Amino acid sequence: MTNPIADWSHANQERAQQLMARYPDVRSAVMPLLYIASLEHGHVTDEGMRQVAELIGLTPAQVHSVASFYTMYKRDGVGRYLVSVCTSISCFLRGADDVLAAVEEATGTVDGETSDDGMFSVEHVECIGACGGAPALQVNYEFVEGVTPDKAVALCRWLADGRPDVVRSDEMQALFGGRASFDPGPADPEGAIAPVPAFGPYGSAASGPQRAGR
Amino acid sequence: MTDRILTVRMEAHPQDSHTLATYEATGGYRALRTALSSMTPDDVKAQVKASNIRGRGGAGFPTGVKWGFLPEDLRPRYLVVNGDESEPGTFKDRILLERDPHQLVEGIIISSYGLDVHHAFVYIRGEYPKPARRVQQAIDEAYAAGYLGSDILGSGFSLDITVHLGGGAYICGEETALLNSLEGRRGEPRIKPPFPAVAGLYAKPTIVNNVETISNVPWIVANGGAAYAAIGPERSAGTRMFSLSGHVNRPGDYEIVMGMTWRELIYGIGGGIPGDRALKTWIPGGASAPWFVPDEHLDTPVTIDDVGANGSMLGSGAVIVMDETTDVVAAAHRIVKFFAHESCGQCTPCREGTTWLERILWRILNGAGRPSDLDLLLDVCDNISPGLRWPPAMTTICPLGPSAVSPITSIMRHFRDEVEAKIRTSEGASVG
Ligand SMILES: Cc1cc2nc3c(=O)[nH]c(=O)nc-3n(C[C@H](O)[C@H](O)[C@H](O)COP(=O)(O)O)c2cc1C
Ligand code: SF4
Ligand code: FES
Repeated sequence: MTNPIADWSHANQERAQQLMARYPDVRSAVMPLLYIASLEHGHVTDEGMRQVAELIGLTPAQVHSVASFYTMYKRDGVGRYLVSVCTSISCFLRGADDVLAAVEEATGTVDGETSDDGMFSVEHVECIGACGGAPALQVNYEFVEGVTPDKAVALCRWLADGRPDVVRSDEMQALFGGRASFDPGPADPEGAIAPVPAFGPYGSAASGPQRAGR
Repeated sequence: MTDRILTVRMEAHPQDSHTLATYEATGGYRALRTALSSMTPDDVKAQVKASNIRGRGGAGFPTGVKWGFLPEDLRPRYLVVNGDESEPGTFKDRILLERDPHQLVEGIIISSYGLDVHHAFVYIRGEYPKPARRVQQAIDEAYAAGYLGSDILGSGFSLDITVHLGGGAYICGEETALLNSLEGRRGEPRIKPPFPAVAGLYAKPTIVNNVETISNVPWIVANGGAAYAAIGPERSAGTRMFSLSGHVNRPGDYEIVMGMTWRELIYGIGGGIPGDRALKTWIPGGASAPWFVPDEHLDTPVTIDDVGANGSMLGSGAVIVMDETTDVVAAAHRIVKFFAHESCGQCTPCREGTTWLERILWRILNGAGRPSDLDLLLDVCDNISPGLRWPPAMTTICPLGPSAVSPITSIMRHFRDEVEAKIRTSEGASVG
């Protein structure tokens, strides 16, 4: 039998096998596998969905139907840094629309689009659970709370100039954040290596698979 | 008298409350040892029932009663912890996941022992990678220490826990949508019955509980259900996490005993309104809840039943405060937009209705409102939630649709003149 994910990194192939063994029914692995496929290909591609489908015995159409339901499976290309600005009620009350406008301006990228150089994607999102530190945003799903339009601009410049391989919430919060929803405690060494949530089993900086060929 | 349970450790040990070493050094996993060595599963269930704890995910259903719905003879059973936390204004599970993950893990193990569950799941929203990392680290530590896996502490009881990350969809917080998502499907709510306790994950009996609910279980087992029931007002037992946001001086997570007044919560704990501006309105229990106003509600008690009797709900414990400068039409629009975006699309009244409501509010907000829009708004609301009663009548598979009606009925009831004024301005604008 051919290996449908032969082109994935060795580490990611191993992760995939471990994930599939974690559930009583292998179909449950479709969501984590889609995250790994996004790491491999930069976003959820047709090829990635075909691979995941073959791996767990679904049709590509079934996998597509799942992927298209959720906002975090990006089917168009995503920039190196996905900046997600919360514009839900608590952030709205504390000036989120101005933060979004500042991010659009600083990145030259309007809400929902990716910059021509592939550096940024900008999106407005619904509540991300940081309302005590409103207005809040995430970069590759890593939180920055208590931002202002000026600090958001500085954050975007910092990303564009430094092009960090790993973005960490604690680091960005210290540099560009303000009031947070709660005391975050000690710094967390892990961070995001791509616009995919940095959760060990699916890939993050301190452990697990690395971003492939970008 | 105990006034805090869940946040004691993180406050005393801000640098390492999430580690196994600190958890054990502060009494952690002692309740588990007690449960496994000297209690039967029925004893565990009896203590949870006696605690009178009501679910912290939103509906406030008594946990002990829910646990009793599992059919006697069907195996396997599953426990699924709901960490999807996406109701706008809510950020209280995040702190529990991040700052005291072992408390949750111990709660899961004890609950699973009581429920005869051998595989539990923690469903965490995809936008919470750090909380998920912390929970996974705690689980890894618990395996290494013999609190998870097979034959836990030599008791013969075995349990595995799997962490599952969501994909960005509010609706997956609804328990049957969550189960579909966990099965690798679109997160669409299922028609109930059957309820998850009878046919849940993989059609097997399943208990779904919120992160905060399960985090209370170690304390309940260590101190006894009666001790928990003795905290706070009779039908709102225990402490409760509140997420305070919006126009308050001290937004944040607060664990409090229910029963204080809204005035005490907003002005005492929340530190009042920035710039000493006047309080205009607040949402007592997340974006789905009808709004409260100072004249009627400021001195009413913060309990599940009092808030319900006053026509709203304590829901997820998210309190969103708006001061006198707030444009309530804009605020309502923002909330309706959320529901329109998050509707899963299965039911026509929800899918079409929320979109309509959003569009009508948008045009009122942008100077293109028509006098007939007031009736139209209420008409569309009535289609989604006939009679506009509280609690809402249901024409839909899940309560998301009716939730979108709350902000509109709230502004029509308390701030109708402001909505009308916006429409009058629009008319002027269109003439001029
Ligand atoms: C639209 C919708 C969203 C919900 N979101 C959540 C959520 O994010 N977290 C949660 O625990 N419960 C949520 N619930 C409630 C769950 O369906 C379920 O009642 C709860 O998880 C049960 O746990 P509990 O009894 O411990 O509260 C939601 C319900 C609805 C209708
Ligand atoms: S009420 Fe809305 S969200 Fe709920 S099942 Fe129906 S369409 Fe989906
Ligand atoms: S409303 Fe923005 S994080 Fe909750």
